[in-house]
Amino acid sequence: MNKPVGPYLSNDATRAQLGQRVGISRPHESAHLHVAGTAPYTDDLPELAGTLHCALGLSPVAHGRLLGIDLATLRAQPGVVAVFTAHDIPGPNDCGPIVRDDPILAEWGNAGNVRHVGQPVFAVVAISRDAARRAAALAKQVLTIDPLPAVLTALEAHALQHYVVPPMHLARGDAASALAAAPHRLQGSFSLGGQEQFYLEGQISYAIPQEDGGLLLHCSTQHPSEMQQLVAHAMGLASHQVQVQCRRMGGGFGGKESQSALFACVAALAARTLQRPVKLRPDRDDDMLITGRRHGFEFTYDVGYDAAGRVLGVSVDMVTNAGHSADLSPPVMTRALCHFDNAYWLPHVAMRGYCARTNTQSNTAFRGFGGPQGALAIEVILDSIARQLGHDPLAVRQANFYGTTANNVTPYAQVVDDNIITPLVAQLAQHCGYAARRTAIATFNASSSVLKRGLALTPVKFGISFNVAHFNQAGALVHVYADGSVLVNHGGTEMGQGLNTKVAQVVAHELGLDFDRVRVTATDTQKVANTSATAASTGADLNGKAAQDAARQVRQRLATFWAGQVGVDAATVQFANGQVSSGGQQIAFNSLVAQAYGARVQLWSDGFYATPGLHWNRETLKGKPFFYFAYGAACAEVVVDTLTGEHKVLRADVLHDVGRSLNPAIDIGQVEGAFIQGMGWLTMEELHWHPMDGSRHAGKLLTHAPSTYKIPTANDCPAHFDVRLYDGDNPADTIHRSKAVGEPPLLLPFSVLLAIRDAISATGGHRVDPPLRAPATPEAVLDALDAVRLATACSPA
Amino acid sequence: MSQAAPNPPAAPTPTPTPASRPIRFVHRGQVVAVGGLESTTSVLGWLREHAGCTGTKEGCNEGDCGACTVLIGSLQEDGQVGWKPVNSCIQFLPTLDGKALLTVEDLGANGTPHPAQQAMVACHGSQCGFCTPGFVMSMAACRQRQTQVPGDLPATRAAIADALSGNLCRCTGYRPILDAGEQMARQPAPVLGHPGTAAALARLQVDAPLHYAAPTPFHAPRSLADLAALRAAKPQARLLAGSTDIGLWVNKQFRDLGEVIYLGQVAELKTIAVADGQLHIGAGASLEAAWAALAAHWPTTREMGLRFASPPVRAAGTMGGNVANGSPIGDSAPVLIALGASIVLRHGPHQRRMLLQDFYIDYMKNHLQPGEFVEAIRVPLPGPADVLRVYKLSKRYDCDISGLSAGLWLQLQGGTVEQARLAFGGLAGIVKRAAGAEAAIVGKPWNAVNVQAAMAAMDSDFSPMSDQRASASYRQRAARNLLQRLWLETRADAPLTTRDVSVWSAA
Repeated sequence: MNKPVGPYLSNDATRAQLGQRVGISRPHESAHLHVAGTAPYTDDLPELAGTLHCALGLSPVAHGRLLGIDLATLRAQPGVVAVFTAHDIPGPNDCGPIVRDDPILAEWGNAGNVRHVGQPVFAVVAISRDAARRAAALAKQVLTIDPLPAVLTALEAHALQHYVVPPMHLARGDAASALAAAPHRLQGSFSLGGQEQFYLEGQISYAIPQEDGGLLLHCSTQHPSEMQQLVAHAMGLASHQVQVQCRRMGGGFGGKESQSALFACVAALAARTLQRPVKLRPDRDDDMLITGRRHGFEFTYDVGYDAAGRVLGVSVDMVTNAGHSADLSPPVMTRALCHFDNAYWLPHVAMRGYCARTNTQSNTAFRGFGGPQGALAIEVILDSIARQLGHDPLAVRQANFYGTTANNVTPYAQVVDDNIITPLVAQLAQHCGYAARRTAIATFNASSSVLKRGLALTPVKFGISFNVAHFNQAGALVHVYADGSVLVNHGGTEMGQGLNTKVAQVVAHELGLDFDRVRVTATDTQKVANTSATAASTGADLNGKAAQDAARQVRQRLATFWAGQVGVDAATVQFANGQVSSGGQQIAFNSLVAQAYGARVQLWSDGFYATPGLHWNRETLKGKPFFYFAYGAACAEVVVDTLTGEHKVLRADVLHDVGRSLNPAIDIGQVEGAFIQGMGWLTMEELHWHPMDGSRHAGKLLTHAPSTYKIPTANDCPAHFDVRLYDGDNPADTIHRSKAVGEPPLLLPFSVLLAIRDAISATGGHRVDPPLRAPATPEAVLDALDAVRLATACSPA
Repeated sequence: MSQAAPNPPAAPTPTPTPASRPIRFVHRGQVVAVGGLESTTSVLGWLREHAGCTGTKEGCNEGDCGACTVLIGSLQEDGQVGWKPVNSCIQFLPTLDGKALLTVEDLGANGTPHPAQQAMVACHGSQCGFCTPGFVMSMAACRQRQTQVPGDLPATRAAIADALSGNLCRCTGYRPILDAGEQMARQPAPVLGHPGTAAALARLQVDAPLHYAAPTPFHAPRSLADLAALRAAKPQARLLAGSTDIGLWVNKQFRDLGEVIYLGQVAELKTIAVADGQLHIGAGASLEAAWAALAAHWPTTREMGLRFASPPVRAAGTMGGNVANGSPIGDSAPVLIALGASIVLRHGPHQRRMLLQDFYIDYMKNHLQPGEFVEAIRVPLPGPADVLRVYKLSKRYDCDISGLSAGLWLQLQGGTVEQARLAFGGLAGIVKRAAGAEAAIVGKPWNAVNVQAAMAAMDSDFSPMSDQRASASYRQRAARNLLQRLWLETRADAPLTTRDVSVWSAA
């Protein structure tokens, strides 16, 4: 059965006694509130008197000229107070985070157009949410749209050369020559679906007018500063007139990085115009019809390799469905290109990335941010090479691993100087009995006609930092109150990942206090300014360092003050377990604070951190974008039904590198959660748009609710799920030598997809490469099985 | 017998509408009376917008994510309160009449958190925390169910996973939640709800049946006779059972229900009994009870009963509702048709019966006449030569609408197929039998050749459509292959076990 985190907890008491507050599995700081229903999310905040509710009217057409809106009909609906359209936006009608191509509400009239089914066209504000939703649902009746041809898939758009940004190229060496000279060569393609974030708490913004034209927004967002900037931009305000707060999110996963902006801007527009508090909380179906998600990718490749399966040259085209606008697609593609190498030395490589413009939701950030897509492509390629050669796929992977002193430069020219993939994979392979199980599975398959088992062990290397260097900065405030209690505020946001818990641990550790003496408060643009998104796994790295910096400044002042009082060297003063001590002398932290306050010592401080040594050339796609790499590996065993295409994950073993963990329980939670989430992406979570057949659903995302879009449930968690942390410090000077953990483990369930591929392959005696697409739904698996059976029947054994 | 109900008329005649009264239910140990709200106000909407209880969350507003899970308490015959989990987002407020409502805020008692809450903290079972209130309520319901099992044995990990199959968590990957479930299962079960709940519920039992005046009038008769009369008098009214579908009509499509007759208070409709060699399942019996009864006689239906829906939907929904709704992808009908079940229809005092397979005419069309309703389902009990296999294919194991499902019944005598009923859902506008495939095997030896003929005949039996669940091609190929699986499992020579043919049974 899957393993409790006990081994990591058992040392906690000893560590704590020694005064340590990091490396300890304290519960999530809000856990006791979560279980009691007393942790407020944005929709739980008490509504101010006079609060109005907003709902969005959505385009029923995938592409067309938006000629008119029957506003009179909308305004006449029961309870409706006002209706807003693009014409009412005082500033630019745009909420795009990079390219200014993202209308808040669809433009209408002469240059009007709608770009996808579900695009917000108008906003109804009413006395109740129900009244607003009912009026907004009249969109089909009140919109006059002249339909235009629509493009739903990346490959169609690619054929038409419709892109949201120009194609990107990342190359090293001479792939064409290497391919031509290689003793073995393989061409193929791989189709990979997108994924809905499915944060349990949907998008929401609650805008409240403030004095002198200002606005306060409670917003479920990973990026309060960007919400502040985009609201100010659209409203024609200065940033200091807009305040954005977020105490916690009910999940984000990237979906609330840029795409919370549309809801923030519309709520702000209504509140500012009506001078009433306005809440906008779209229904789940609307949320899924409006917002984008993980990018689906189409890969075509040409690879040359030697007899050991070593890649000599590889050329790959990546075409992604960006959706109707750029949003974050350019950096997503950049990260995909920067992760095609995964853990492998690719001497000659040529990559081309195309962000295809389609008439669908604009795809955006989702945990991994293109990295998983790029890395999965090379894993599929190596899996196919192994089958061509009749080698074990793990052996082929190992043959391609980056070296530590040679063969250790990425295609984007960063030296991999912290490589631990070889020992990590070896340790996992041994721990999970890979070799013996490979034999046992072959025996099972030989005697099982309907069910076939499959096994795969896949590695992860994931670059940590925002690719754009200047985002890698953070600020924090630490307040020590006169009673000795401590309040921390930082620029990161809490979406369940335990960031506030970790930051509080860092501050408690610096000041030598118990956890209950340190509280972390809501993220607020009026506290720390110009924050970066809580994204790219950097939350604890950046904000932990910034909070440590702030806490150290206060500690230093206290140490200096007390050293002067008692005549010791300030450098020898220790803070631990609520006591401050040096030599034989000791004082309670609270008493020292009270004395220091009386002596007018500043007991609060700001802190700042900027990740050192990063540089990146956006034109050449070369540089040192990552401070360090996180590593991991997973081994999965599955069983596949060759009659129906159903599968089940029987066992998963994981070994993952988080450096020196700040909180092992939280880190294991991140690893396990990412594993199951990634497994869902690759196996069951299927997005389906109704084809452009002229029907009323043409172009509509049909999987727009959990009734039709299926994320894993408790029964999908493998019965044997063994997740362990790799023991080791981060060589880079990170916060207490920890490593980022949010995104890298999302790549671990590649092992599940490739184990399914292995099981399918068994039906053809491992002679035919299964053309398996992802997600590996029963239908995708049966298609691959039938293709393998057909090819096997057509070729001599 | 209620005072307000009229005598059953022989023919539909206008019925005077009885006096309206507020909805009365028990919350926090007190009787709450609610009037003036639309009858389609959800329990969740009342909690969050009117009662100031925001601990219960809205995740999807359609009963698929479980964030809104609450417990509904009823007074049992032993005077205790029995609690069941429901999705409060798709329960209309008047369905609470005469019941008690328990939410996450009140799960602990006297400042002591429920063992589910304690275990979730100790096991790191919450991350973002938004799904957590729903999880702890489902866990508490699971712990409560345990106490009804003799010996109060701790629930197994598998049973806990099933109890949580209607609760989605996007953060944890479930391992710590299952750990928490096991930890909770070993703790003593606290008594749920405010101490005054049973007494307050007892007081509510003397209330007249609910007739609630609202833009959507709501009637909740308590006897079969009253229901029949009301139905005959109001043939246009919308019958409401578990609201696991109708709740979505309101929440998502803003459909006007007109006037509602609620079946959930009619005790006689919940009857499950064996009579005349048949299993009688009252139309108002919960899915949970109905599938359990079916599985007691036909063990191969057990897995379908678990996968059919989540515990909250199984607690609220009814097999009668599933059958009457008549969706071509409903999972009851293929099983019931394969078993040769019949449906009992009632109009006023008159009953009629027909085979369920004859009940469906076309997509979402059936033989219900105005004023008529489904009273019961009757299922023949298994005979010694009967073979039944039930298969469901979907993208997810739990709580997923089938791409296709099958109820496959054979009567095998001495190697010959005496009779066969091969019923499929998801392959046509209605659930129907594969006539050509049946013809290929009935009266013939049960052998590979004839199975191949049946598989070939499937292509002319059905012309399925493509949609978001599966393509026509998959439906056709998989349906054929399910006959192959049936053959492999039931052939006389070296039959394969379920472990050999189902990934869900493989270990």
